Amino acid sequence: MNIHTIATHLNQLQDATETGFSFDCTPIDGDIDVLQVEMVGREEIPIFLSISDNQILCIAYLWGEDEVKADLKANMIEAMLELNIPMPLSSFAKVEDKYVVFGALSINSTLDDIELEVVTLSDNSLEVISAMETYLK
Amino acid sequence: MSIFKKIITAIRGGASEAGEAIVDANSTRIFEQEIRDSEKHITIAKRDLTEVMAKQMQTARELAQLQTSIKEHEGYALQALEQGNEALAIEVAEKIGELEINAADQQQANESFLKSSDRLKVLIKKSERQLTDYKRQLSMVKTTDSVQKATSAITSNFTASNSKLLNAKDSLDRIKKKQANFDDKLKAAEQLDAENDDSSLKAKLQDAGIGAQQSSAQSILDRLKNK
Repeated sequence: MNIHTIATHLNQLQDATETGFSFDCTPIDGDIDVLQVEMVGREEIPIFLSISDNQILCIAYLWGEDEVKADLKANMIEAMLELNIPMPLSSFAKVEDKYVVFGALSINSTLDDIELEVVTLSDNSLEVISAMETYLK
Repeated sequence: MSIFKKIITAIRGGASEAGEAIVDANSTRIFEQEIRDSEKHITIAKRDLTEVMAKQMQTARELAQLQTSIKEHEGYALQALEQGNEALAIEVAEKIGELEINAADQQQANESFLKSSDRLKVLIKKSERQLTDYKRQLSMVKTTDSVQKATSAITSNFTASNSKLLNAKDSLDRIKKKQANFDDKLKAAEQLDAENDDSSLKAKLQDAGIGAQQSSAQSILDRLKNK
């Protein structure tokens, strides 16, 4: 599995998709291959997909440390911990100064699994922002 | 220090800046070599274990044979005694003595093989646990490293394309607006469809002469004449 296979698959889905979304995938150059997956209508929150030796990581960036109301940070983090298990397929994490939701898949996942992961991650990220708005500036 | 602690220390210590790896490539390679070495050791230990177990089974089989043979000869000795043939009985007894020494040797060998196979089994289990742990640690190091590299690629991509990640609330608002816009369009299209359906039904009814009819010139003229 590599990001180009995934990009080709998602881009050509069009009407054949079973999740009802259209995808626009762009590979990003760097030390490690990263695929930026945009879903039509949700371009503001892309999903970033990268592949390492043993897993496929999908990450959606939620908000930066600077967007968090400082006095509510502890409450926000607690809410995230409590939501972590109920949230399907995704988990909260922090990368540098950004809060993220991410999903890790086996390197042997099918393309359908990956599509479902990306869509679920996108749904989760919208829902999370909407639910956690009170903690944000 | 555990790998978890190392990663936390490195991230807290600011080693997470782009380009700087949590654990340098060289020590990762050494770690991978250690994993390959342990795998090799386990394979060798498993081969040794098979050999030891085979030998242990062999001695067990020989021991059983000797014990049967001892029982047989004890029977012969008793028979010789019953016949009053002391000389023969002594000869058989000597044979039994030999067999017993042999059996004791086999017994000892068997026990020693059992002990070393037990020891090897414990050793293999321990090495396998160690190996699983090494692999888990390596996967943590590599994942941290790859997330870092991916983040730096994503960040520099945003900088390069002069766009930046929007504020979360703004992003959500824009997405919601697009969704609402799409929903409105969909609703409008549905309404339009419904109206079209409605007017085509009216047309059909009119053709069939049902419902309100359009007044034709002829019917107007008729109406005027009747006045």
